[in-house]
Amino acid sequence: MAEASHDVAHRHEPPKSFIRKYIFSLDHKVIGIQYILLALSAVIVGMLMSVLMRMNLSWPGTHWPIMGTLFPTGAPGGVMSAEFYLSLVTMHGTMMVFFVLTTAPQGGFGNYILPIQIGAEDMAFPFLNMMSFWVTFVGFLVLLLAIFAEGNATVGAWFTKLGESAWAGGSGTVGSIGGWTQYAPLSALGKVAGPGQGAGVTLWIISIAIFCVGSLLGALNFITTLLNMRTRGMSLMRMPLTCWAWFTTAVLALLSFPVLLGGGILLLLDRIAGTSFFIPGGEYVSGALIPNHAGGSPLLWQHLFWFFGHPEVYIAILPGMGATSHILSTFARKPIFGYRAMVFAIFAIGMLGFFVWGHHMFMSGMSPYSAVAFSILTLSIGVPSAIKTFNWIGTLWGAKIRFTTPMLFAIGFVSVFVAGGITGLVLGQTSLDFFFHDTYFVTAHFHLVMGVASIFGMFAATYFWFPKMFGRMMHEGMGKLHFWVTFVGVYAIFIPFHAMGMLGMPRRYSNFSEYEFLKNSHGLVLFVTVAAIVTVSIQLLFYFNFFWSMFKGKKATDNPWEATTLEWTIPSPPPHDNFAGVVPTVYHGPYEFSVPGAPRDFIMQTEPEGVEVTAGLGETSGNGGNGHKH
Amino acid sequence: MAATVTNTDRVIDAAIGGGGPRGRGGNGFRKNGGGHHEGDDFRFSPARYRVGVWVAIASIVMLFTALSSAYIVRSASSNDWTPLVLPKVLWLSSAFIVVSSITMEISRRSLKAQNNRGYRLWLTNTLMLGIGFVAAQLFAWRQLARQGVYMASNPHSSFFYLFTAAHGLHVLGGILALTYLLLRTRRKTDTVEGELKRVGAADAATVYWHFLDGLWICLFLLLFFWK
Repeated sequence: MAEASHDVAHRHEPPKSFIRKYIFSLDHKVIGIQYILLALSAVIVGMLMSVLMRMNLSWPGTHWPIMGTLFPTGAPGGVMSAEFYLSLVTMHGTMMVFFVLTTAPQGGFGNYILPIQIGAEDMAFPFLNMMSFWVTFVGFLVLLLAIFAEGNATVGAWFTKLGESAWAGGSGTVGSIGGWTQYAPLSALGKVAGPGQGAGVTLWIISIAIFCVGSLLGALNFITTLLNMRTRGMSLMRMPLTCWAWFTTAVLALLSFPVLLGGGILLLLDRIAGTSFFIPGGEYVSGALIPNHAGGSPLLWQHLFWFFGHPEVYIAILPGMGATSHILSTFARKPIFGYRAMVFAIFAIGMLGFFVWGHHMFMSGMSPYSAVAFSILTLSIGVPSAIKTFNWIGTLWGAKIRFTTPMLFAIGFVSVFVAGGITGLVLGQTSLDFFFHDTYFVTAHFHLVMGVASIFGMFAATYFWFPKMFGRMMHEGMGKLHFWVTFVGVYAIFIPFHAMGMLGMPRRYSNFSEYEFLKNSHGLVLFVTVAAIVTVSIQLLFYFNFFWSMFKGKKATDNPWEATTLEWTIPSPPPHDNFAGVVPTVYHGPYEFSVPGAPRDFIMQTEPEGVEVTAGLGETSGNGGNGHKH
Repeated sequence: MAATVTNTDRVIDAAIGGGGPRGRGGNGFRKNGGGHHEGDDFRFSPARYRVGVWVAIASIVMLFTALSSAYIVRSASSNDWTPLVLPKVLWLSSAFIVVSSITMEISRRSLKAQNNRGYRLWLTNTLMLGIGFVAAQLFAWRQLARQGVYMASNPHSSFFYLFTAAHGLHVLGGILALTYLLLRTRRKTDTVEGELKRVGAADAATVYWHFLDGLWICLFLLLFFWK
């Protein structure tokens, strides 16, 4: 413990064996990349499912020979059954919400970048960090198993041996039916409730419960790391906005996932232990009375689910907001407009998110008075959201923007966030929700604001941090093509969704051809399908760019974007212990761009004070609309 | 925080650069940016265990809040609610866990006072009481099962089994932590960092154990005295 050994004594050598280095690694950077790869795998499954759904909606009754071969019971003769379609809806939602939108932004980029940005050598609890990934991975496998337990007769038969009702498998769907919300009481009853309600739902619940545990371990780690591991001089108000976003997200995860876990346990007990938490008495399903259950409350499930479910959408979007703020400032070469306001807004959005779950339940017969309260609270989230939007625009105002691929995606984030968020004001009104509830209008809203926006945030983050992660740049030309097709594509998909919603087209229907009032909108449905197929196809270019650039991309320097935060002070890719045993000292706020009098147009957070910095700039990066004009 | 400054305190303060015992009080949240101070020579600070355990407690509280609100809603939502008669053995298990909280505190203070023998002794006592608690809970389950009261018998028994099982799992986690601490006492820790980790872990385990005690009291009251 000699004092002199300050710089060298704490170098941590990377583990030598392959398994400890790449598989069961304790290094937050490896774990972050594992999370990203998990999300990249899950998103393929989710996207394929969405394409299958579109195909079924556009050309109902068509024979797809390959479907008939793969799923002889679910798609007999290649024609998808209604149940098959519904299970696609469910698994697409589950896959995307949990294993893409929750893993990549937080577990992936948060894990990789947050410790470096606050100047730590790793997370506070590396072992927990490793556990959190592998627990999540097991959850993913269980969800995949749900697909085969229902979709494949042989696997289904194995599960049926575990129990005739709750574990019955092989019903010809691809997983459970019930949407990602898995509403009780149908989800609590087992096989009697219909196809996909046996092993599919049971495995779904188990998968989500496992996922909850993994996320909780991660959230615990994020919060402790951020509170306890910041380096010298890294005060809370000098943290990059990304760190604030990941921190807020971790708080949300920490407080909301336990509620879903609790609800999931109750649901599972209803299915396998004969309890009646959610199953009311005297219920008839498919003409048969459900025996041995009484007194449960289906609404209780909705409350528990949405108490988690609403914060969950912020868990998906907040990291995207953080990345967007960070990237906008970097490529606008201007300090972020209103740093403090951004911090308070992100926290306000997070906290308000806990008090609005009732707006998902306006149609559940709740008291109009509580509906009004939920409605007002919901609309009030518009205030911090608008603060953020105006500050993003303020950051861009009058800037000499560098239109790199990450910047394009960050601007795209602002665009889709506004486009999707604005309809939240519509759906948050009880009177309008009366009409729009369970129509495509809702689907349009949440896909744009939580799905596409957070994916845009993650694309921006990928293109931005890729050079740091892999030491090579992603290809700009491919990146820009990817951006423009995706950007136009998502609008081409989701703007028509609003129109369909206004026509009254309901969600989760496998076939609209029987409805006279929807006959005229078939052109719209076809258009969306074409747009969806194009948009999904262009993602192949992203995958190609991602893996091609890893090996063949242009070599990246330590700070290719001329950014200011700590991750750009270290080599690309960073060494095992990030700062090579040196404890960095922070002197500046995170967004000191175009500071007058400075030799360059950016000041690294670690640059010592005094030489070129004008007085009074030390504390935060300021609010300057036009940079720092004094 | 104890008013007396012990050697362990000095070691810790030297390590994390705190100003006396108060320097590491509270939840380890430091306004100056956390992390490291002039002259610190390694990067471990025991505060991270303390922060970590409080954060973990927050999430466990949310789990039990969710289950308790389900309990309250369910008890009001129909007329099939027939509360169990309180199994007498639960008084014994409650006594075990309350006393174990006291012994845990004594053990922690012994460690603070660098009384390693006392630490080990009281830690062992706590562990025994913890195991006694779990055994008493299992006994209550057996008693009920013998009377034909199972998970699905009525909503109150469902919640009883659920709460005791969920709490019991967390107690098992606590027992694992105590066992780990006890095994640690057999190994000599020479480095300051090793010692810090040991003290930090013992501190965190104490907080967690007190929490389990408080949680059980709340559940006990909710299950049998809440109307």
